[in-house]
Amino acid sequence: MNVLELKDVRKTYQEHVACNNISFDIPEGKIFGLLGPNGAGKTSLIRIITTITRADSGSILFRGEPLNSTHPSQIGYMAEERGLYKKMKVAEQITYLARLKGFTKKEAKNELEYWLEKFDIQDWRNKKVEELSKGMQQKIQFITTVIHKPKLLILDEPFSGLDPVNANLIRDEIDDLHKNGTTILFSTHRMEQVEQICEHIVLINKGTNVLSGSVDEVKDQFKEFLFKVDYQGALPSNIEEHVTIISKDATQVVVKLRDVSHANNFLKYLLHHGTMVTAFNEILPTLNEVFIKIVGGKSDE
Amino acid sequence: MSKLWLIIGREYLSRVKKKTFILTTIFAPIGFVLSWVALIFIMSSGNETQKVALLDPSDILEIKEKGRLRDGLVMYSYPKKELKGLKETFEEDGYRGIIFIPEQPLDSMTTKFKIEYYSNESLGLNTEENIKEGIEQRVKKLKMLQLDVDELTLKRLKTGIDVIPTNMKASKEEVSVYRARIATVLGSIMMILIYSVIFIYGNMVMRSVMEEKTNRIVEVLISSVKPFQLMLGKIIGVGAVGLTQFAIWAVTLPLLYLGVGLLFAGKLQELQQSMTTSTASPTGNMGDMMAIMQELQNFDYTYIITVFFIFFIGGYFLYASLFAAVGAAMGDDWGEGQSLTLIISIPIIIALYVGSAVVRNPTSSLGIWASMFPFFAPIVMPVRVVFDPPMYQVIISAVILMITGVFFTWLSGRIYRVGILMYGKKTSIKDFAKWMFRKD
Repeated sequence: MNVLELKDVRKTYQEHVACNNISFDIPEGKIFGLLGPNGAGKTSLIRIITTITRADSGSILFRGEPLNSTHPSQIGYMAEERGLYKKMKVAEQITYLARLKGFTKKEAKNELEYWLEKFDIQDWRNKKVEELSKGMQQKIQFITTVIHKPKLLILDEPFSGLDPVNANLIRDEIDDLHKNGTTILFSTHRMEQVEQICEHIVLINKGTNVLSGSVDEVKDQFKEFLFKVDYQGALPSNIEEHVTIISKDATQVVVKLRDVSHANNFLKYLLHHGTMVTAFNEILPTLNEVFIKIVGGKSDE
Repeated sequence: MSKLWLIIGREYLSRVKKKTFILTTIFAPIGFVLSWVALIFIMSSGNETQKVALLDPSDILEIKEKGRLRDGLVMYSYPKKELKGLKETFEEDGYRGIIFIPEQPLDSMTTKFKIEYYSNESLGLNTEENIKEGIEQRVKKLKMLQLDVDELTLKRLKTGIDVIPTNMKASKEEVSVYRARIATVLGSIMMILIYSVIFIYGNMVMRSVMEEKTNRIVEVLISSVKPFQLMLGKIIGVGAVGLTQFAIWAVTLPLLYLGVGLLFAGKLQELQQSMTTSTASPTGNMGDMMAIMQELQNFDYTYIITVFFIFFIGGYFLYASLFAAVGAAMGDDWGEGQSLTLIISIPIIIALYVGSAVVRNPTSSLGIWASMFPFFAPIVMPVRVVFDPPMYQVIISAVILMITGVFFTWLSGRIYRVGILMYGKKTSIKDFAKWMFRKD
């Protein structure tokens, strides 16, 4: 089952098209990466999903039902620009936001205790938010996002501004939620994080989706048949007649081949010419490379 | 609906629990009373006598008595010295200045009388008044002698006129002289109250909207509540804070005044006496006080308070929603929104001017038309209501205000919903119009 199905979603503001017929599905229980350069329409799209704004046309299904105003209580949204009431106490703030999501006073209180204990911040419950460090505020923000046990969690650049310790903490929580079946939509332009975390991605640029699929599929689609060969001894002297050499040093060479079947022949050729091969690996493109290739560095940034 | 209550609750409690709220609520009445006490002391101790030398070489004022004559707050004295010599020594002799009467005719036909004043400091307004009054009284006495008019004859020329109004339409048989005066005071109080609530709490709504926007918390909030709910909750919550504050003041202020009044009863009486003798005003008369007290009971307070609250709430909603819209449009830059705030502030300020004019002339056509104009009505109508305007006018005015209030709250909601998500762009009036008609 898909948690979210977007079909031809279009949104225009007077001056420009924010989303131009975007379609993709988010399968239940997956971590889904929404990628795109700044200004690609990620935030506009998220605002449509969270029902902050409405799409001009196209259809959005949330767990099979057309998206309506009752759905936001099943969605947790952490915006890129974090915001909390600075003068409000930690516990009051978390309770308030949980209740706005539809929790009763008692439910909100129970969950509050659970999370305060989990993050080991019970001592901070009566501190005002403005007295907390930035990392601590991020933790509070995260709690307010997930406290109502959303089915779909939307995280817009969740690690920006976090130190490695806190980033890991949040990452562990995301993993935990994922294991418990929460679907996560992870919006970012930091590719290395996507590669580590996401299973599926969609890449949008200038309001249109240019690419979607599982991370492996995408990499496969964009691979350039680069192979890395670790060797000892000497390479055949006429090697460049057969393959294009990308880089080379005394023990390693990177070559570009025509296709996968070519790899076998190339390996045979090396062995035949007495080169001692110690490792032979295909180099898959990183998502970063895919991203740059598609966007071409011509984003609106 | 329950979300709206949550928002109202947060807006209300977060303000009421604030130290600044508690402090202002407690200390504002104390401050008022303290300044009142200070005023009493200043006024009673300000009657410092000033010695001024009077030189009248030609004896125009015919002052026979030697020594000192007290007039107002100035002491006159008649040193046997020439002006020239006195100019050198008057300070050593203990005088603040010298009044010199130059040679000039003085008879019953004189309309202008010149005197000269020498001193080392500039002439204060009080001193000048006292000198003028003292000399004028002396001149008057001389003129009366010349015209052969005595004090009694002069008094007989004075006649007090009492206007006894009878409103033939009103059901009350008797309308006392004091009714209009009391109505003026009551009307002014209500006008000032509504004016300050709109201004102070309207601004509070605006700042709070701006804060949520710059905080970016608004993005999180409106994914769980509708922007309109958020705005409405804020307006109601802040309004309730205002009402709470006024309710507390309504109890504490009179109590404090009463307490201070009892504590300084002696001092007050003394002050009142000195005021009545010096200005010879007819107030402070026991009979008058009784009549005022009587008349105070003749107002229909249920009606007045009901009308007050209708216009109070209508006016507050009308303006607070506009302030909310401006706050949403502004963002973090204070200066940028100044022109927008000004546009809202102008009608309130004009309304206050109109209201002050209407207080003096409650049945004028200005008053009637201004109370039909919804942006002025919240301030003007409560002023008029104490003067028993026709019922249909009150109702029409209230209905117009309510409709406009609802309409503008809705309109502001539309501006607000777009504005709070707009960042890094200067907002103009043109944008406002665009936002109003923009789809979700």
